[in-house]
Amino acid sequence: MTSILRIIAQRLLLGILTLFVVSIVIFTAVNMLPGDFAQLILGQGATPEAVEAIRKDLGLDQPPITRYFQWLASALQGDLGNSFAQANFASFVGADGSTNMASVAAQIAPRFENTLFLAGVTALIAVPFSLFLGILAALYRNSIFDRATNILTLSSISSPEFFLAYILILFLAVLNPILPSLSNIYADMPFDERLTRTLLPALTLTLVVTAHMMRMTRAAIINLLASPYIEMARLKGISPMRVIVKHALPNALAPIINVVALNLAYLITGVVVVEVVFVYPGIGQLFVDSVKIRDIPVVQACCLIFATAYILLNLTADILSIISNPRLRHPK
Amino acid sequence: MSIWLTLILGLLAIAAGGWLFRFAGQKITGDAPRFRDMPYGVAFGYVFGAVIVVWLAWAYWLSRSADPAVANKYFFLGKAIEGLILFAIAAWLFRLLGRSVGTEGTKKLFRSMPLTASFGILMILIYAFVAIFAGALAPFGQEEVLAQANVVPGGDPAMGGNPDYPLGTDQIGRDILSRLIYGAQNTVGIAFITTCLAFFIGGTLGFLAATLQGWLDQVLSRAVDVLMAIPSLIFALLLMTIASAWAGSEKWLLTVYMVIIIAVIDSTRVFRLARAVGLNIVVMDYIEAAKLRGEGLGYLIFKEILPNATAPLLAEFGLRFCFVFLTIASLSFLGVGIQPPLADWGTMVRDLAQFINFAVFAPQVASAPLLAAGAIALLTVAVNFVVDWMLHKSSGLKE
Repeated sequence: MTSILRIIAQRLLLGILTLFVVSIVIFTAVNMLPGDFAQLILGQGATPEAVEAIRKDLGLDQPPITRYFQWLASALQGDLGNSFAQANFASFVGADGSTNMASVAAQIAPRFENTLFLAGVTALIAVPFSLFLGILAALYRNSIFDRATNILTLSSISSPEFFLAYILILFLAVLNPILPSLSNIYADMPFDERLTRTLLPALTLTLVVTAHMMRMTRAAIINLLASPYIEMARLKGISPMRVIVKHALPNALAPIINVVALNLAYLITGVVVVEVVFVYPGIGQLFVDSVKIRDIPVVQACCLIFATAYILLNLTADILSIISNPRLRHPK
Repeated sequence: MSIWLTLILGLLAIAAGGWLFRFAGQKITGDAPRFRDMPYGVAFGYVFGAVIVVWLAWAYWLSRSADPAVANKYFFLGKAIEGLILFAIAAWLFRLLGRSVGTEGTKKLFRSMPLTASFGILMILIYAFVAIFAGALAPFGQEEVLAQANVVPGGDPAMGGNPDYPLGTDQIGRDILSRLIYGAQNTVGIAFITTCLAFFIGGTLGFLAATLQGWLDQVLSRAVDVLMAIPSLIFALLLMTIASAWAGSEKWLLTVYMVIIIAVIDSTRVFRLARAVGLNIVVMDYIEAAKLRGEGLGYLIFKEILPNATAPLLAEFGLRFCFVFLTIASLSFLGVGIQPPLADWGTMVRDLAQFINFAVFAPQVASAPLLAAGAIALLTVAVNFVVDWMLHKSSGLKE
C-alpha cells in the first residue's frame, strides 16, 4: 500500500511541476505580444501619458519575472485579473473599472460550471454506450454488426465536430423538432429544461468520443479471449455473453478506465467548437470570444484552466492504470 | 415526451419480432441447426437490421415520390442514401480496376483490400486531382462576386436556382461550386504543407535525439512533454491571438503564422514517434557498422535510420494530416484560421450555417453549409479508412 501512495505522490508532484512550467509557457506566450496591454486597452489614439498611467496601474513597468510571480500568486488565490472588455464596458457605464463586474474569475465561474455540466452529461451517455457497443462488437466480432459499428464509429471520430453538430441539428432540431438547436441555458433554469437543452451538444460530443472508447473496449476484450482461463470457462459451457461480462471484462478494465479518462480529457478540447455551434454559455465559448477581441487576461485564465483540467485528467488516467495493474504497482 | 414512448414501443416491438423470427424459423425449417442454436441476441440483431433497412428504403421512396416543389422531410436522407450507394459502387469498381490493371504488386494489394480502403484511396486521388487542377476545374474565380447573390443550389429556375451556378451563390454572390473547388486547393494544400513542416521539424529533432541522446535528448523530450500537456486546440487558439496581433491587418501573414504554429504544436507528436522508432533502430548492428566506418550524422539519419522508419512514419503521416486538417478547419470555423478572401471550407460552413434552419421548407438552401462540412468529413474519413487498413495489415492483427 505504501508503494502505491508513493507512486501517487510522485505523479502528483510531477503534475504540479508540469502545471508550473505550463503556466510559464502561457505567461511567456502572452508577453510576446507586440506593444503591451496598455496600448491594447487604449487603442491607437491614446496619449503617451494615458498609456504610462495604465502601465503603472497594471504593474507593467516591473520586470517580467516579478510580474509572473505576482500573476501566479494571485491566480492561486483565485484572482485571475480583470477582463479588458468588461473593464471597458464598466467604465463606459460609469462604474469603477476594478469592481467585481470586471473580474475574470466572476466571469468564468458560472461558465465553468456549465461546461462541467455538459461534460458530465456527455460522460454519463458516452461511457455506458461505448462500453455496451464495445462488448457487443467483441461478442459478435467479425460479423456484419462488428463491421458496421467499426465503420460508423471511425467515420464519426474522423468528422469535424461542427459537421456532426449540424447533422444532428438538421435531423433532431430542424426536420424533426425534438430537441432545441440553441442551448441558451441560464442560472436558475429548472433542471429538466436545462438537461433537454444540453442534450444536443452532449450527443454531438458523445459521437466524437465513443469511437475511441468502443474500439479500446473491443480490443482489450478480444486480447483476453485467447487466454487459457477463458478457454476453460468456455469449455465449462458458459454462454459467450457471460464469458465476456464475468470473466474477460474485469481483467480488461485497466485499459478501458485509462481510455475513458483520456477521452474525458479530450472532451475539454472538443467542447470549444461544440459550445460555439450551439451557443452554449460555457468556458469554451468565452475563450473563443476573448481570442477574437484579444481580451488577454481572459484568454490567459481560460488557457490555464483548460491546461489544469487536461493535466489532472491525464494524471488520473495514469494513477488509475497504475492502481489497476499489479505489474505497474510493484515495479522491479 | 411522446417521442421517447414511440422509441421504447418500437424497441419492444423489435424485441418481440426477434423472438418471433427465431420461433418461425425453427418451425418452418423443422429445427435446422442455424435457427435451433441461434442466440436471442443474433435474432434481435437480424430483425433490428431488417427494420432499419426497410425504414431507409421507405424513406428513400418517400423522398423520391414527393412533389419537388413541396417541403420534403426526407430530402437529406434520400440524398445521403444515394451518395452512399454511389460511393460504394465507385469504390467497388475502383477495386475491380486495381485488381486487373497495374503491376503484380499493386494487383496483389488490391486483392486483399476491403471496400472501405479502396473507397479511401479513390477519394484521396479525387481530392488531390481537384486540388491540383482547381484553377482549370472551377467555373468562376474564388473571389469573383457575381451578379446574383443567394441563388438556391440545384440549378432549377422554378425554385430560385440558376443553371449557371449549379450549387448556387452565397450571400455576397460568389459561386459556391467554385469556392468548394478552390477550397480543396487552399484547405487541403495548407494542411498538407503544415503536416510536411511538422514532420520535417519533429522527424529531424526526434532522430537527432535518438542518435545523439544525452542532454539534447533530455532537453527536447522534457520540452515536448510540457508542450503536450496543453490541449493542442487551446494552445493553437492562444498563439493565434498573439499572432493576430503580430500580423495586424496583413491577412496572408496570419495564415503563414497559423501554418507555423500548428506545425510546431503537431511536431511534438511526431517527435515522440520518431524518437521511439529511432531508439529501436540505433541499437542495430548496421548502425554500429556505419559509425565504425566513420559516417557523419547526416548520413546516419537520412541513409540508415530514415529508410528503416518509413512504414510507421507513413501511417503517422496519414493520421497527423487528419488532425492538422481538422484543427485548421476548426480554427477557420471559429473565425481565426484561414482568412478571406481565400476560399476555405471551415469559413464557408460558418458563413452559411444559418441556412440550416430553412431545411424544412427549402431543403436545397440548407444543403450548402452541409456540402462544405461534408467535404471536410469525407476527406478525413477517407484518410482514416486507409490508415486503419494499413495499420491492420502491418500489425498482422487478423484475429
